[in-house]
Amino acid sequence: MEIVDKLLNHSRLALSKAITAVENEYDDAVKIMTEIYPHTGNAYVIGITGPPGAGKSTLTDKLAKEYRKRGKTVGIVAIDPTSPYSGGAILGDRIRMMDLTADEGIFVRSMATRGSLGGLSQKAGDAVKLMDAFGMDVIIVETVGVGQSEVDIVKTADTTMVVVIPGMGDDIQAIKAGILEIGDLFTINKADREGTDKLNIEIEMMLELNPEHVGWRPPINRTIASKGEGIEAVVDSIEAHKAYLIDSGKLNDIRKKRIKNEVEAMLNDRVNRYIDKEVIQTQEFDDLVVKMQSREIEPYSVVDDIVGKVLK
Amino acid sequence: MANVKVLVAKPGLDGHDRGAKVVARALRDAGFEVIYTGIRLTPEQIAEAALQDDVNVVALSLLSGAHNTLFPKVVELLKEKGLNDVLVIGGGVIPDADIPGLKAAGIAEVFTPGTPTSKIVDFINANVK
Repeated sequence: MEIVDKLLNHSRLALSKAITAVENEYDDAVKIMTEIYPHTGNAYVIGITGPPGAGKSTLTDKLAKEYRKRGKTVGIVAIDPTSPYSGGAILGDRIRMMDLTADEGIFVRSMATRGSLGGLSQKAGDAVKLMDAFGMDVIIVETVGVGQSEVDIVKTADTTMVVVIPGMGDDIQAIKAGILEIGDLFTINKADREGTDKLNIEIEMMLELNPEHVGWRPPINRTIASKGEGIEAVVDSIEAHKAYLIDSGKLNDIRKKRIKNEVEAMLNDRVNRYIDKEVIQTQEFDDLVVKMQSREIEPYSVVDDIVGKVLK
Repeated sequence: MANVKVLVAKPGLDGHDRGAKVVARALRDAGFEVIYTGIRLTPEQIAEAALQDDVNVVALSLLSGAHNTLFPKVVELLKEKGLNDVLVIGGGVIPDADIPGLKAAGIAEVFTPGTPTSKIVDFINANVK
């Protein structure tokens, strides 16, 4: 395909158009991804998550610059939520990254979460693959750490970094917030604020109680991203984690798991769409709902019947 | 599921972004995906951001008086980058006398103070490619 050839020849326009094709589910999207697939698997993927206002975009901007200093090219997928009311979105991550537009070694793509159908994680994953095939060495996926689909995205990264800031609540918040469990490294941003030491201790304590981290203990770095302070140490930590994953053979496991998750998501998506079109949107189903409402029939056997027909 | 993507940007040196933010919010509420890029940008930054996000519309806001230079420059750079079907619109304190020249330079429409945001939404819906 022409667009794929151009993308592989480093056309930024072709990369951009290819991501749009995936995002909007154009007819040629599957063909593009099929042709791209053999050229993927080379980039190192970093997931960045954390609460709104933690400074993820600013940190991403600074990390990208640090990676450029170290001679790496960088792709960034910055995800912001779609309004559930209007379907519109304000994608404001780029405002922190406008400096990066002057650098040909960096490509930033903003993505809205849109609806649940079609799977954000799948589309973000495809955007990562397209940047990977384009030849980006490092790809950063940045998203707010609320909601399963966002967590799913960063979970599939090679290295996942959780960004936290002081003053967000006591240690109970740290225990209950699920995102703290997925961090391979932690960054306390805005570390010139009061409460940084306390937050540091709370994360330490949480890590002590977490039995999963055998062999790699997530480091805790402090940054003031807006001033560019502490950025080198964060990149050093990411590189240390990468070295650990390679030496221990775990990188292979992570990537195998990623492929498994991706295919599972694709299968689920296909089945969901099929059920939506062939079952939910039919008159027959509406009639069944009316019968269930009047208690003529019950939903359990209806589900059995439908599953029996769909999965025959 | 092809959502309309709009880049809202302020080229040049003025920092008055209230208008741009009001427009950004109105466009979001109209169901568009708005990439808000902020103040004090060069035409090159705007054009490159438009390319990377593959937007359908570039909405420029400017209150410094440099619209006759900066708006056409953005159009020119978009074309240079191969973005030929992006709708470029402008807004701000722009004298009526300058509007024909801006339109000739490829700015599809110019919205001056007092324009209801719904008019901008309608224009985008009617003209976006």
